[in-house]
Amino acid sequence: MVRVPRLPAFRSPALFKPFVFLLALTPFIALVVNGVTDNLGANPIDKITDVTGIWTLRFLVITLAVTPVRWATGWNFVVRFRRMLGLFAFFYGFLHFSTYIVLDQFFAWNLIVKDVLKRPFITAGFTAFVLLIPLAITSTAGWIRRLGGKRWQMLHRLIYVSAIAGAVHYLWLVKIVTIEPLTYLALVGALLAIRAWRTWRPKPSPVRPTEARART
Amino acid sequence: MLIKTRFDIRSSEITDERLYLNRRDFMRSASVVAAGAAASLVPGWTGGNAAFAQTPLADVRKSPLSTDEKQNPLDEIAGYNNFYEFGTRKEDPARNAGRLKTYPWTVKVDGHVSKPGDYQIEDLLKAFPLEERVYRLRCVEAWSMVIPWIGFPLGDLIKRVEPTSKAKFVAFTTLLRPAEMPGQRSDSLEWPYVEGLRLDEAMHPLTILAVGLYGKTLLNQNGAPIRLVVPWKYGFKSIKSIVRIQFVERQPPTSWNIATPGEYGFYSNVNPEVDHPRWTQARERRLGEFLRRETLMFNGYGDQVARLYTGMDLRKNY
Repeated sequence: MVRVPRLPAFRSPALFKPFVFLLALTPFIALVVNGVTDNLGANPIDKITDVTGIWTLRFLVITLAVTPVRWATGWNFVVRFRRMLGLFAFFYGFLHFSTYIVLDQFFAWNLIVKDVLKRPFITAGFTAFVLLIPLAITSTAGWIRRLGGKRWQMLHRLIYVSAIAGAVHYLWLVKIVTIEPLTYLALVGALLAIRAWRTWRPKPSPVRPTEARART
Repeated sequence: MLIKTRFDIRSSEITDERLYLNRRDFMRSASVVAAGAAASLVPGWTGGNAAFAQTPLADVRKSPLSTDEKQNPLDEIAGYNNFYEFGTRKEDPARNAGRLKTYPWTVKVDGHVSKPGDYQIEDLLKAFPLEERVYRLRCVEAWSMVIPWIGFPLGDLIKRVEPTSKAKFVAFTTLLRPAEMPGQRSDSLEWPYVEGLRLDEAMHPLTILAVGLYGKTLLNQNGAPIRLVVPWKYGFKSIKSIVRIQFVERQPPTSWNIATPGEYGFYSNVNPEVDHPRWTQARERRLGEFLRRETLMFNGYGDQVARLYTGMDLRKNY
């Protein structure tokens, strides 16, 4: 466990939410600015696809990192940002998917279906995005109530599958395997491994009160 | 002579051309403060196209082999490149190729020829009449451009060096100089980059050695000072920055085939009916256009080259 100094108890992480929101929106703003200033290079559709794709993957990784960070640091307040971060992953995923459907293929449905069925990397990407849809829809407190905490949690484990599918999508589309797709695969793998370890590790035996006092 | 004296022009002396050709850089520099911080969050962009010293080429004839399709502007041709010797991103060659010294430059011609020799680039520029060849270039990644190359038929050089009966293939090698080609310090591909053609493909009138573009010698990121252009094959076969042309008996190794044998074959003829294992080759994006277009067999050069492959199974010989 990482020894991290405790932060003063945050009364309202709500104050920080707009800040984090704007920060998370910056890649999108940068994309728009670059689009408007004709700074997307010779193949703008390709560039938009790349940028939106990579930020989908990044936000999936960031979202998956929230809980491990909380475990490591004891900062419970980070959980309050998890939904927003997850929704940003969906946001960029939606942009990426829309860019493919609208800008790249321009609604050529028969070709799109063929792509999804025949091209493994597109199958993986399509899967990764589709799995995020129910997660985005049920991201509200209302849905947590409707489904019940346990069922909601089970449903939202789909993010693990989405993140793996997303990392594999990236790996399968590059011409040569460079460090980047491997890094995302490694990060997703590590974040899932931490959870697995946490769930299935041998639980420590209960501590007697005298021992507990001696340890602090 | 015009060419010889102007080789050592420093890029700082050619700002006028740069301004003329790269109006987009103006727009970018104006918005650079606003977009710069934001753009830095988006990986791999500098927002610029370096325009290097280019020497005007004289006495360039037009050719009936050129297409009259709309040509892509220079900032696209010189700003969107696959040239892994300078990095794997499309913007990397324009950004990093400036450090490559393209003069002096020697092309070694050897192997099964009666007249092997070393050719200096300035001799190659004068040795054969230069033509403008406006060709389609189709990348295996399913994008394409129309490029006004300046060069001479490879066949002219081949006839001069007189291949013997043992010469069945022509093998090409790119420069190996990691100090100036930073991508060669990484393992993205095996270096130096190599390519090859069957002798009849090399002799075909469409096959050229290109030394220029839009009236001037090549920019580094386009394969300066001399490169191959084989317009009916996927772009990676048009090897850049050539230092050796060797006439060999057996089919030579080619870099992308070495990297991923199941995906890139020796022939790599543009063929919408034979998909890449991981993506379709039926359609392509012509840069500058919004909708994708149908890919043409042999990149639209079938009338001139199909006869080279009669009887060949082009699925097996991908």
